[in-house]
Amino acid sequence: MDLSLSTRTVGDRTIVEVGGEIDVYTAPKLREQLVELVNDGSYHLVVDMEGVDFLDSTGLGVLVGGLKRVRAHEGSLRLVCNQERILKIFRITGLTKVFPIHGSVDDAVSATD
Amino acid sequence: MATVELRFSALPEHVRTARLVAAAVARRAGVDEAVLDEVRLAVGEACTRAVGLHMSNGVDSPVRVALIEDEKKFSIEVGDEAPAAAGTLVRGAGDEAPGRPSDDEADGEMGLAVISGLVDDVEITADEKGGVIRMSWPAAPAPVLP
Repeated sequence: MDLSLSTRTVGDRTIVEVGGEIDVYTAPKLREQLVELVNDGSYHLVVDMEGVDFLDSTGLGVLVGGLKRVRAHEGSLRLVCNQERILKIFRITGLTKVFPIHGSVDDAVSATD
Repeated sequence: MATVELRFSALPEHVRTARLVAAAVARRAGVDEAVLDEVRLAVGEACTRAVGLHMSNGVDSPVRVALIEDEKKFSIEVGDEAPAAAGTLVRGAGDEAPGRPSDDEADGEMGLAVISGLVDDVEITADEKGGVIRMSWPAAPAPVLP
């Protein structure tokens, strides 16, 4: 299982739909995608992780990097995730306090705070 | 002797293989299904860290993974050959410095944090010849059917 990435725009938000495994091998592709979006002026990102089967600390590092990049432009990075095994990694590392995590893309898109 | 031993070139693309093999051997050893995700993640983190240490220190030798099935527990040892000083360097987390090709090593400490958070029985040692992360989980092998 490799990493799949696709993007679409809803209003001023850019949805990044991620599927597959985010690990030390595939995380650079996600990083490239996030960097490219920010460079192109997309500062409000929603990363949809419902299709992610595996996430490790390398992937977390890339998401934190993405958050720092959008914040430099007063943007936002929201996550969509309902999978307990993925959420657990955010809890262990304390990153649930750093990322807004939503139950659906609709919630993430309509969130404003 | 380990039940299964792996040696792989210190490259990111092989970490997934180590995860898959470790999870398969753990399942056979009787590790609870609910814990297999933790085994997979922990061994992945340990291998990722070892690969990062080898790459950043120019160590050509392979990363070693030993999967050991005992009567009541299943253990994994991940060994690197990076000198201790390299493994204990305090590194910043995250992926900064745009343009840097990779932040593999920057995540080493977050990887250790994940392992410590996941695994109750974990021991990390390092000396000038390299480091070893030992982790174990309870296991109850299924009875052999006639």
